[in-house]
Amino acid sequence: MSAVGHSVPRKEGLGKATGTARYIDDLSFPGMLHGRTIRSTIARGRISGVTLGFDQSGFTVVDHRDIPGKNCIALIEHDQPCLAADEVRHVAEPILLLAHENRETLLAAKVEIAYERAEPLYDPEHSPQVFKRILIEKGNLDRGFARADVIVEGSYATGHQEHIYIETNGVIAVPEDGGLALYGSLQCPFYVLKALKVLLGDSVSQVRVVQTETGGGFGGKEEYPSMIAAHACLLALKARRPVKIIYDRVEDMLATTKRHPSLVRHRTGLTRDGRLVAMDIDVLMDGGAYCTLSPVVLSRGVIHAAGPYRCANTRILGRTVMTNTPPNGAFRGFGAPQTQFAMEVHMERVAEALGMDPVRLRAKNALRPGDTTSTGQVLGDDCSAAAVLRAAVKRSGFTRKRARYKGTNKGIGLALFYHGAGFTGGGEVALASRAALETTESGVRILVANTEIGQGTRTMLAQIVADALCVPYESVEVAQPDTSVVPDSGPTVASRTCMVVGGILERCALSMLVKLDGASPAEHHARHGALRVEEGYHAPAGRSWDDTTYRGDAYATFAWGCDVAEIEVDPVTHEARALKLTAVQEFGRAIHPAMARGQIEGGSAQGLGWALLEHVVMRDGAMANAQLTNYVIPTTLDTPPMDVVMLENPYGGGPFGAKGLGELPIDGPAPAVVNAIRNAGFDVRAIPATPEAILRSERLARGPAQAGA
Amino acid sequence: MRFTLNGTAVDVAAQPMKRLLDVLREECALTGTKEGCGEGECGACTVLLDGAPVVSCLVPFAQVEDAAVTTIEGLGGDHPLQHAFMREVGAQCGICTPGMIMAALALGPSPTLAQVRVALAGNLCRCTGYEAIYRAIRPSAIGSSERIEAT
Repeated sequence: MSAVGHSVPRKEGLGKATGTARYIDDLSFPGMLHGRTIRSTIARGRISGVTLGFDQSGFTVVDHRDIPGKNCIALIEHDQPCLAADEVRHVAEPILLLAHENRETLLAAKVEIAYERAEPLYDPEHSPQVFKRILIEKGNLDRGFARADVIVEGSYATGHQEHIYIETNGVIAVPEDGGLALYGSLQCPFYVLKALKVLLGDSVSQVRVVQTETGGGFGGKEEYPSMIAAHACLLALKARRPVKIIYDRVEDMLATTKRHPSLVRHRTGLTRDGRLVAMDIDVLMDGGAYCTLSPVVLSRGVIHAAGPYRCANTRILGRTVMTNTPPNGAFRGFGAPQTQFAMEVHMERVAEALGMDPVRLRAKNALRPGDTTSTGQVLGDDCSAAAVLRAAVKRSGFTRKRARYKGTNKGIGLALFYHGAGFTGGGEVALASRAALETTESGVRILVANTEIGQGTRTMLAQIVADALCVPYESVEVAQPDTSVVPDSGPTVASRTCMVVGGILERCALSMLVKLDGASPAEHHARHGALRVEEGYHAPAGRSWDDTTYRGDAYATFAWGCDVAEIEVDPVTHEARALKLTAVQEFGRAIHPAMARGQIEGGSAQGLGWALLEHVVMRDGAMANAQLTNYVIPTTLDTPPMDVVMLENPYGGGPFGAKGLGELPIDGPAPAVVNAIRNAGFDVRAIPATPEAILRSERLARGPAQAGA
Repeated sequence: MRFTLNGTAVDVAAQPMKRLLDVLREECALTGTKEGCGEGECGACTVLLDGAPVVSCLVPFAQVEDAAVTTIEGLGGDHPLQHAFMREVGAQCGICTPGMIMAALALGPSPTLAQVRVALAGNLCRCTGYEAIYRAIRPSAIGSSERIEAT
């Protein structure tokens, strides 16, 4: 029986359900110390003095002078210090590191930092520093607006979002023969390795990074683990002992990255019959104090900003800027949820301005095979915008319920969206990922740097290899990601692991199949010893991308979704409660249907939280509600029943027809919910749509007259 | 201090105000119980205390004297609920899973969906959206993973 397309038993076995799976805080090494980070308490200024107010015996103390290489966390830019030397740019910026074998003694140590304060900047609209500016132009905007019968304008805002992986960030640095091993809860072992090499320079000959079982990531363990790893390694090098750093929840929420807040302005021209003829879109994202991944978050954001719609004349201008707040970074969706929130709430207002049914407006303008996106990418048969819209409207009973909810406190809204799979533009070519397979005594082992963080990487890749190699799924094992053992198959981000890395592994399997010459992997292994096959990324034929003009094929393919949200607004408290979410999504083919369904349900729940509950309150440049008591994520009682439909439209460029799926589900719920709130009579244009925000919003004529009176 | 841990009488030396969570993980070397928030909000550290679910990060060790504590390890590794969580993908990243299973155990057999939602309201999961957890706990209520050809 083939493995692909079936919900085969997971490669984790029962470990996660029996408590035997070992996460980073479950590990201990002989002589291990605990590490602690002393951080800035001000948003901007200069460090004028550091006073250690404790008995230093038994302590290891590290500051910027202990860094053997370059004092930075190397990523796109080298602008973020590992430890502040002089200037601090945000609250919670690391300044000093302490380690001690006794955790209580460590936590009791008092350090006083004196500062010369400077005026911080919190408003991205007034930022003096632009990390990245991107302009996408298609057609002629002036000519488009000249043809428009109706012009609709609007601004839409989204707030920070905290990842709340239930396992907080943590690492252990262990001195070992000839170097250092870094174990950690992380998504991208080679990102950490690259950052450590810049930080440590030539001082350490061998560094390896090993991913341990990871309790959720969602982008939050894409780049920040490099910082924690750097800290633990510096302490371990100085102490010559293993050092463990585990953040508690407050530190994790205060110091680590969040989803970029956004402000998106739309000016849209349409013909009277509802055809989009001009779209002028301005995207502003708050990058926080350092660059981190902001340029690429902006890139994905602007490319998705015009939504899954056809428009001959489009201009999208995006900027991501500096503020004196902790740096924002990768979060599932990576800029696309922000811009598609704006697009889809705007489309609802466009439909109102035209007096047109919102489904008909979307159907009329939805991208079809042969159409071009804002970057000029010509879509093929892998475009399913119209299909997901049609299926979601029918499945949810949208039209019937819209009529039925009129005059009640209930509302129904929808959102049509898409998500590019893999790195943007030439990103995959630049990454040049490699993956390998090797025979074992009992079958074959997969060697990749891609991490299992809950989404089922090990299982899904083993299914692909099993079927491509025509061997039983049970005979395929997956090596623990250890940078000294596995090739660099790239980061576990960007909905790329299945489509891109799975695709490389499929080619490894086909190549191995030839070399096995009819023998099974185990038979070949017994006769000839280990056989190893390694392959690299091959770009799909006929694709081109120009990073200077932002023209061309932005992604190998897109996945498509349409969500329908039903809500009820409490007339007294103004709380909007989600009643049901219908999610119709096309992502090529489900390799493991039960895990794929879990991605859609889980991503949708995160999107609902972002829409309604998750309010990061920033006060004086710091998260004021950095604990789970008052930063609320959806519980069982907040999460509505979800009706998930997975449409299949096998994609020729992916293994067994698969596209990327991980991020798509978080693009839709927020605009669908806000459009449902709009349908119930409240003009909300920013999220989270808390009861306070709904209470303050303007009432729409179509809403129930008594609500909120 | 003497108490019953996973059915066995034990005598463990630890500070009386130490969190039960830490005593279990450090003194007893049972790391299946996880810390998610340290303030009783996420439920990842849920264990059974005399059969009732408690968040072990808020229980001082002194409170378990002469009581019976059951952790995920006490289930033995072959409990139907453990198999159901993996089969239905009620565990994704798995860090909330031991606490989730301990909270679900206290429900008894054949709970209604409404009972499950209330009983698990103190256990946060960021991966699943809870639907697969319901499918694991209520196998009779499994929906289909429907697939339709796109046209």
